[in-house]
Amino acid sequence: MATMAAQITGSADRVPLRLKLQRVERRRKLKAFLLVLPLLLFILTTFVLPIGRMIFNAVHEDTLLRLMPRTMSELRGWDGKDLPDEGVYAALAADLKQSWADKTAAEIGKRMNYELPGTRSKVTSSARKVSTLSTDTYKDALIEIDPLWARHEVWSLLKRGSSAYTAYYLLRSVDLQYGPDSQIVASPPENAIFRHIFLLTLGISISVTFATLVLGFPVAYLLASLPAKYSNLLMIMVVLPFWTSVLVRTTAWVVLLQQHGLVNEALMALHILSQPAELIFNRVGTIVAMTHIQLPFTLLPIYSVMKTISPTYVRAARSLGAGPFYAFWKIYFPQTLPGMAAGCLLTFILCLGYYITPALVGGPQDQMVSYFVAHYTNEELNWGMASALGAILLTATLILYYVFNKLVGTDRMKLG
Amino acid sequence: MLGTQAAFVKFSEVQKTYDGETLVVKNLNLDIAQGEFLTMLGPSGSGKTTTLMMLAGFEMPTQGWILLEGRAIETTPPHKRNIGMVFQNYALFPHMTVEENLAFPLKVRKLGRAEIEIKIRRALDMVRLGTYAKRRPAQLSGGQQQRVALARALVFDPKLVLMDEPLGALDKQLREQMQLEIKHIHEDLGVTVIYVTHDQSEALTMSDRIAVFNDGVIQQLATPAELYERPQNAFVAQFIGENNQLTGKVIAMDGGVCTVDVPGLGNVQALPINVEGVDRPTTLSLRPERVKLNPVPGSYSNIVSAHVKELIYLGDHVRIRASVAQQDDFVVKLPNSEGVAQVGPGELIRLGWKTEDCRALDRL
Ligand SMILES: Nc1ncnc2c1ncn2[C@@H]1O[C@H](COP(=O)(O)OP(=O)(O)OP(=O)(O)O)[C@@H](O)[C@H]1O
Ligand SMILES: [Mg+2]
Repeated sequence: MATMAAQITGSADRVPLRLKLQRVERRRKLKAFLLVLPLLLFILTTFVLPIGRMIFNAVHEDTLLRLMPRTMSELRGWDGKDLPDEGVYAALAADLKQSWADKTAAEIGKRMNYELPGTRSKVTSSARKVSTLSTDTYKDALIEIDPLWARHEVWSLLKRGSSAYTAYYLLRSVDLQYGPDSQIVASPPENAIFRHIFLLTLGISISVTFATLVLGFPVAYLLASLPAKYSNLLMIMVVLPFWTSVLVRTTAWVVLLQQHGLVNEALMALHILSQPAELIFNRVGTIVAMTHIQLPFTLLPIYSVMKTISPTYVRAARSLGAGPFYAFWKIYFPQTLPGMAAGCLLTFILCLGYYITPALVGGPQDQMVSYFVAHYTNEELNWGMASALGAILLTATLILYYVFNKLVGTDRMKLG
Repeated sequence: MLGTQAAFVKFSEVQKTYDGETLVVKNLNLDIAQGEFLTMLGPSGSGKTTTLMMLAGFEMPTQGWILLEGRAIETTPPHKRNIGMVFQNYALFPHMTVEENLAFPLKVRKLGRAEIEIKIRRALDMVRLGTYAKRRPAQLSGGQQQRVALARALVFDPKLVLMDEPLGALDKQLREQMQLEIKHIHEDLGVTVIYVTHDQSEALTMSDRIAVFNDGVIQQLATPAELYERPQNAFVAQFIGENNQLTGKVIAMDGGVCTVDVPGLGNVQALPINVEGVDRPTTLSLRPERVKLNPVPGSYSNIVSAHVKELIYLGDHVRIRASVAQQDDFVVKLPNSEGVAQVGPGELIRLGWKTEDCRALDRL
């Protein structure tokens, strides 16, 4: 009887209790949210929005739709088999006239030139000639002005332009493009450079990550096991590069590694080399300089994990009969894995985006994806290509991170 | 127990300093017999762990020898000493399951798979953790981790096992349970155990012999009863069990009895255990349970009067805190027989004790 009563009051109390809890929780959550709000806004405006915009740029392309509205709407009815009929040509003539008057013909030419090299000047000259043309048979007249307008692939291109979205840039970034009938084909060899660039970027990043791991692990171990008065000094030496700018460090490598730089002179003075080795403006220089810059990023997470590994584990292993190396390998080393995973991931992802170092100490064959992103942004003003390359790099990074996460697990990763 | 056979473990004039200035272990001489359960008991920083580490091979003695089965072990690296060790913080390998932890010393010794299986099973059954083989250390409670550490230190059948405050992190109840378990395992396997603790009741319940450490020196090495009944110096008397201390000066020595002048109390008869001679200061040590309340006059050689300060009722016994010789912390422990509980604070009582129960020791 008593327990029944207790149960009843208990269940009656439960609802207000939960509400009370919710109210308290809500206030707590609101407070927490207000604390992160400034950072959230900052990240949103400086990171999420630009990146979203960039990914959008990679697929959004409305130059033709904007500058040739008549042609685009006429083309919707085109079946894509034979050349379009007179109505489409009339619309084209009208658009070209308009563009000549608005001085936008060059823009149309540039856009078409991306996909069909050599069309730029033809488009502008057609526009100039059409501006003074008046006839009833625009089809013949336009083909007369330039045979370009009788080419099927040109019309396929224009037809694709009637959508504000295009996969063209993304396709180009993986060495594919549209064929004459809008089918997807491999890019011609002179354009098919990007797969190689991505593989190169991957290769350099893996090499640098590996090099930092091999160089950094023993130093981290030393740092973690030395008495404080020595380890502090060593730590300063490790993080010293952090305090100098990347540019300074990179140019320092130029001084060291150039033809008559310190390293070559020393090797020759010691008669190890008879003539200077090519150490810079090639792959060697790139990897050496990047390894130097990335070393602390790999090392510090490993160090911070090692610092937490109590020496009693190895002692326990020794007392159980394991020799020094076996105890290290079976007991100490596995416990450093979270740090190695975090450090390597950090370095690897940072390497994927390297730009300035390969640009300064690498050769033409060592330029990574970021170089081309910069090239398309600054020199060619082809933002679509720049965005597509960036978006693919971002996606590849996320996929690699995901795979890595599946293999290692973030819960097993420790940054510090 | 000792003496007839050669010591299993022998520390001979061992000294140890870490910084080259202070000796952490000073002139340690200690013989341990095979199969013995020896406890090193002492306050924090008294050099117990250091001694253990020297035996295990993780620290080198600055001077002196350590012999194991008659052979000097300095040149044997730690992993060849075949000494099982239970660390204070367990030191279970976090990335391995319980099973893998136990298999580690066996794999190192290149035992066959089947044999490893059998030994692991036996070790886990011994500490009653048979069903936990697949768990990781983080998924075990403190007491369970403790038992795994114990099993791991024993699984490869070492002749000598060192345990460094293995129960330090456990609650009282679990600790007492584990004490019995360790004791039973020791009896069943016949291994030699060197056990470190700073809990005196733990030392008293478990050990064959106890070495009381203080300041890098063994103060007394004896069986638990001996240590409690016959402490050789004031530190041991104070450290082991409850103890009343009275300081005074020896005024006469006569055969087996000395007379000590305690200020505010007069002359007290005591056993001269560790006194320097007549006219020298001494500390008298007296166990609270050896004091009699209101004795018949003349029945005890020492009878003094005291003021009751406090009476603590503890069910089976009663503790009286009284003021004796201007000291307020004189404790008397009495069985709860009739009449005792009637004593109230502020009352004047008489306390008596025998000469044999009052030991004159060195000055603290
Ligand atoms: N690696 C070391 N370097 C320098 N001094 C040390 C080192 N290890 C211990 N000591 C010092 O040696 C003394 C004895 O230490 P030890 O660890 O043997 O004490 P302990 O008796 O085990 O104490 P506890 O009961 O607190 O564990 C202490 O004063 C300690 O500061
Ligand atoms: Mg200790």
